[in-house]
Amino acid sequence: MAKNLRWKLLIIVGVVALAVYAFYPPDERIRLGLDLKGGVHLVLRVQTEDAVLLETQTTADRLREQLRAEIPGATVTVVSSTEFRVENVPSDKDQTLRQLVADTETIFNRSSGAGGSYTLTMRPNIAMQLRDGAVTQALQTIERRVNELGVAEPIVARHSGADQILVQLPGVADVARAKEVIGKTALLELKLVEQGPFSDEAAARQAYSGNVPPDLQILPGTSEGAPGERPATVYYVVRRVPAVTGRELRNSRPTLDENGRPAVSFSLNSEGATRFGQFTQNNVGRNLAIVLDNRVFSAPRIEERINDEGRIHGNFTQQEAGDLSLVLRSGALPANLTYLEERTVGPSLGQESIRAGVMASIGGLLFVMLFILAYYKLAGVNAMVSIVVNLMILLGLMAYIGATMTLPGIAGFILTIGMGVDSNVLIFERIKEELQTAKGARQAVAAGFDRVFLTILDTHVASLIAAAFLFQFGTGPIRGFAMTLTIGLLSNVFTAVFVSRTLFELVLSRRQVAKLSI
Amino acid sequence: MQILHNTNFNFIRWRWHAIALSSIVIIAGIAKMATTGLPLGIDFSGGTLMVVKFEQEVREDTVRSPLSGIPGDKVIQPYGDPSERQWLIRLPQSGAAEQGANLEQGAQAVVRALQQSNVGKFEVINQELVGPVIGRDLQLKGIYATLASILGITAYIAFRFRFAFAIGAIAATLHDILVTLAFLTFFNYDLSLNVVAAILTITGYSVNDTIVIFDRVRENLRGMRRESLETIVNTSVNQTLGRTVITAGTTFLAVLSLFTFGGEVLRGFAFTMLVGIVSGTYSTVFIAAAIAIILSGKQARGRTAATAKTATGGRKAS
Repeated sequence: MAKNLRWKLLIIVGVVALAVYAFYPPDERIRLGLDLKGGVHLVLRVQTEDAVLLETQTTADRLREQLRAEIPGATVTVVSSTEFRVENVPSDKDQTLRQLVADTETIFNRSSGAGGSYTLTMRPNIAMQLRDGAVTQALQTIERRVNELGVAEPIVARHSGADQILVQLPGVADVARAKEVIGKTALLELKLVEQGPFSDEAAARQAYSGNVPPDLQILPGTSEGAPGERPATVYYVVRRVPAVTGRELRNSRPTLDENGRPAVSFSLNSEGATRFGQFTQNNVGRNLAIVLDNRVFSAPRIEERINDEGRIHGNFTQQEAGDLSLVLRSGALPANLTYLEERTVGPSLGQESIRAGVMASIGGLLFVMLFILAYYKLAGVNAMVSIVVNLMILLGLMAYIGATMTLPGIAGFILTIGMGVDSNVLIFERIKEELQTAKGARQAVAAGFDRVFLTILDTHVASLIAAAFLFQFGTGPIRGFAMTLTIGLLSNVFTAVFVSRTLFELVLSRRQVAKLSI
Repeated sequence: MQILHNTNFNFIRWRWHAIALSSIVIIAGIAKMATTGLPLGIDFSGGTLMVVKFEQEVREDTVRSPLSGIPGDKVIQPYGDPSERQWLIRLPQSGAAEQGANLEQGAQAVVRALQQSNVGKFEVINQELVGPVIGRDLQLKGIYATLASILGITAYIAFRFRFAFAIGAIAATLHDILVTLAFLTFFNYDLSLNVVAAILTITGYSVNDTIVIFDRVRENLRGMRRESLETIVNTSVNQTLGRTVITAGTTFLAVLSLFTFGGEVLRGFAFTMLVGIVSGTYSTVFIAAAIAIILSGKQARGRTAATAKTATGGRKAS
């Protein structure tokens, strides 16, 4: 055997061994997509407008509190998500107002109008930063929540649109719960109760003769009845600005209340604790509303100074209490989420798909092999070897780069077989032609491979161009298809040109072949 | 054994017939699409799709009647093998679905309605809810991807071959896409993401076929300087005919296996591939080469009579 032939064979054996090493054992190494494994695929949109509005509202609220002491009579109204207006500022207090809004000027542009009115408009770049930050923060929060749910190999990533997030949870069957955990805003606020509870919203409004001051708000809540009593919706009038929020949370865990019902306890970090201690000391005897996502869960009386511990009651089940403490721990979402797309594949359907897909692939492969063997005889064995090597490299590379196997991916396998057959057919047919022109077997093989190489290159490049756009365009399953096809095309160039040719050379080197079995 | 050994069919002579036949299919397809609309799958139209597995045997009307309270045109059809007792239920996009929270509304209504009826126990084994934003997004992306890949491939062929060839290849590819879409509407298959993937694959496949023949034309152009382009193309098509038939045949049968055994999820994909393979092979032989010749015009003119006689003679020169 010629020396360079030996090297070529070694390379082939080495590549196959590497590939097998990479994908063995296949059921562990090949990652299955949602359509095969079952699970949930969600696309969410972050309502980034919320984050912008929140910033405007917070700034307006803070200013309103300050104005109450400094410039009584001045009003602050939020006009839009990026704009609020200060009105009725007497001209002699103009300087005071300028000082008060000075520290907001990095975020808001100020313009003055007639009659002591000022319009503060958020700078566009700040609004953009806030939107982008909201998506990033939502992404991180969802990631933490998903990890705490204990899902294996979840995907949480930005989706095509600027404000879209893709969440894939393989193997999760309880979609409702997953959505609840992911989508809960979980903004915890502790607010002082001014009046309440009232049995309906109108009664609460009536307490202020229909004119609730702008620094107060009316929030719905659940009445605290005895255990077993049917809870009713009640309304509280609370301070708009919270004493502490969930951002100052250190930890939160499920617990039981004094009646043995599931509840959620939380503790504050040192900064929050200092503020909360001060706050509760100043307000002993009043009621504190524990507000979660703008709903009052309970409003206990402040008996004494509380430093860093609190508890949330509600008619929770054990799992609800666990999930609530989970979302509190992972932090609040900066904005509301809406669901744009939701796909659930039950595990049984996934298994069914695998079975059908694999069966079809094997059927197709067997058929093609039989035909090739019958038609090309010994050369057909050669083609079979190169196709099998191709499939092994394909599996190996997929395992190596961690590509996901989807149902269209299985179709990609079949197409790869098709491409492999095509390359071999091209070569064999060309060798047959060359043999007709009365050259020897060796020259015919060499000429066949040389002439066809360019064709194979051209066809593969063209197919790769199509596959690249498919990959770029594709969502989950289609991406899997494009991936399989791309890898298959690349490894096919190697197997059809290099492996197949080496095998021919091997046969030709053994004996003086006058006739090829082709 | 060798099939189609040293053939000498005069394919190019049939080019106008072929163009006429293709036009009829494509125009019929477009007419059907214009009247009934292209049947968009849930990926593109948005809406709710559920696959429900029943414990008892059910008929279409026993599933349909409990759902009569849900507005919109519903699709209710058996899914997969009848013995599986699986049914597909599809609801259109509801007007309010823009508000995200309502995405689940349709699916919940279906579950509630079925629970209250007497269809017995059931299980939702697959549920797809696609909002209008995503649907629109995917429509745009699908069109963009198809056009971009055609342009990319054309640019490559123009670079590697002649411009007239690139136009021939593009025409053949567009032909295949239109014929495939026509057959999808004739046989009432929904245009889903998987089907778009199949169409893009066919684009690649059809170009693949075209390149093999063009490659041979390029080679023969060097060896057969005296012959007309028509003769050279015809010779090249004949020389590669064995390969064309074997490849198309084996791929067709492999995809046929996918169509038959691949299960319900892959059926639309496999059907598209089957049509595309036939159309791709046909268009390579009859459309791509014909258009390349028609566009190259001058060189081919005036030598038509010699074509048939010299086609065989040309072989030796290669």
